[in-house]
Amino acid sequence: MNIVVCIKQVPDTTEVRIDPKTNTLIREGVPSIINPDDKAGLEAALRLKDEYNAHVTVLTMGIPNAEDALREALAMGADEAILITDRAFGGADTLATSTTLAAAIKNLDYDLIITGRQAIDGDTAQVGPQIAEHLGLVNISYAEDIKIDGDKIIVKRQYEDRYHLLKTKLPCLITALAELNKPRYMTPGGIFDAYREKRIKIWNLKDVDISQECVGLKGSPTKVVKSFTKGAKSAGKVFSLEPQESAELIVEKMKEKFII
Amino acid sequence: MNISEYKGVFVFAEQRDRTVQKVAYELIGKAKELAKDLNTTVTAVLLGYDMIEEAKKLCYAGADKVIYADNELLDEYMTEPYTFTLHKIITEKKPEIVLYGASAIGRDVAPRVSARLKTGLTADCTGLAITEDDTNKGQLNLAMTRPAFGGNLMATIIIGKHRPQMATVRPGVMQKAKYSENNPVNIEQFMIDIPADKKNVEILDITKIIQQRMNIEDAKVLVSGGRGMHGPENYQMLEELAGLLGGTISASRAAVDAGWVPKDRQVGQTGKTVRPNLYIACGISGAIQHLAGMEESDFIIAINKDETAPIFEIADVGIVGDLFKIVPLLIEELKKSKQMA
Repeated sequence: MNIVVCIKQVPDTTEVRIDPKTNTLIREGVPSIINPDDKAGLEAALRLKDEYNAHVTVLTMGIPNAEDALREALAMGADEAILITDRAFGGADTLATSTTLAAAIKNLDYDLIITGRQAIDGDTAQVGPQIAEHLGLVNISYAEDIKIDGDKIIVKRQYEDRYHLLKTKLPCLITALAELNKPRYMTPGGIFDAYREKRIKIWNLKDVDISQECVGLKGSPTKVVKSFTKGAKSAGKVFSLEPQESAELIVEKMKEKFII
Repeated sequence: MNISEYKGVFVFAEQRDRTVQKVAYELIGKAKELAKDLNTTVTAVLLGYDMIEEAKKLCYAGADKVIYADNELLDEYMTEPYTFTLHKIITEKKPEIVLYGASAIGRDVAPRVSARLKTGLTADCTGLAITEDDTNKGQLNLAMTRPAFGGNLMATIIIGKHRPQMATVRPGVMQKAKYSENNPVNIEQFMIDIPADKKNVEILDITKIIQQRMNIEDAKVLVSGGRGMHGPENYQMLEELAGLLGGTISASRAAVDAGWVPKDRQVGQTGKTVRPNLYIACGISGAIQHLAGMEESDFIIAINKDETAPIFEIADVGIVGDLFKIVPLLIEELKKSKQMA
């Protein structure tokens, strides 16, 4: 069984802070990590490797530094790693990103593609289902549990108010939730292999079968026209009123904010 | 692509168990504002089975028209039958805007539809407005505002050269329009033949989650109690208040350490970080470790008898007073306002 796992290197958003003077993101000193949902997806693939001797390929699109995320994936036990990087891919929105990743995946053999549900920097949850669409595959989002059953896969899919237990034929794409599992740590041997034995393949625009019109900024229907911070929170008002007036005031404020 | 061919604001009216979900009504409310600025109409798109009465409700809630696709394969959500049907409706009707709720269903189907249409999709919007295109005068675009980087940054996004412009919208943000059974009912039954091979996933089982208490990190509303609650028995009124607001209860470390509330409810540095739409702090003084876990909440109301409590420094509305008097009155007021709505 061949499994392709798409991962993204993201800034640890719990560490991101806003510069109060310039109102911009401070990225300096913010660690880069494998996106948590993607890491769970990788772990799920590695468990299938343990059980069925699956071959696990990790794929990422990003700047050359994203190699670090791939090395970590190799050190955890992935067999192969591919970095898709090219200036032409810069500024891609979800559609252009998914188009690029799908084109790259077409170069590979796969029975199962796993992506994370969403990345913590963008939180869109779009790239997984879009890759599946471009490849004409079934996608099952928000996988909380997966099981292989012959040439089929059984997935427990999470909604807000229910679970679906779904069965579909391979190949397909699933998007993983961080709840799926607890990712393993890199092993010393794995780290050694990741840096000494295993190579990371680098694919540029010319290595994927895709027109330049469909990638990067050009291939992105959505454009960010403005970004801003919500601004530092200033203290609101403090009231000393009779209990009944206090209750009425709270209800009024909730209505103003459309909470009720 | 001839952008001017695309007209009208469409809303995907998500249903579960043959009941239209609240977010659909919120989207209609926002869509009406957008349609007014565009001088066009609002169409709700309902996919389901045996739901004609629910379709009428969408008109009562303000939709000028409902497109209703009735098919047994659309009864319980499945990605491909829904994508197939929505894609067909959109390519046939050519709306300029399509809005979806940013729910598990909306966030699954919308990306698939966007990739099939090769158009843009903006996720989890909290603000929508109409703006004129920078380069093409006279062309009106949807300006979609959303949080990024864990809410540290807001971004406004447009789709200038593609139609339809699509967005998923965070539930609980937009305001419903006035509901009236006097609104005219205008339903188009959309005949859809879904080929058998579109049912490419088998549903083996459906388990509904019996809500005991929702995870505090997922809750849109948190009613939080601290040392000032004096004991576990007093959390009952906080539960009632949270229930009325569709939320759940949480607590400060003091209350958890005292054994009044289980650890999974704890907000703060050593507990969980929460970011609900509304956080009501009752009898919480607001130690820095507590504030670190909740200061990013959209709207904070604090009730505390000590006017020097640090919680008031970050609260949007601070009430100095006796929570044991105010909370029961607040529950009464909320019940009253619910009856009127």
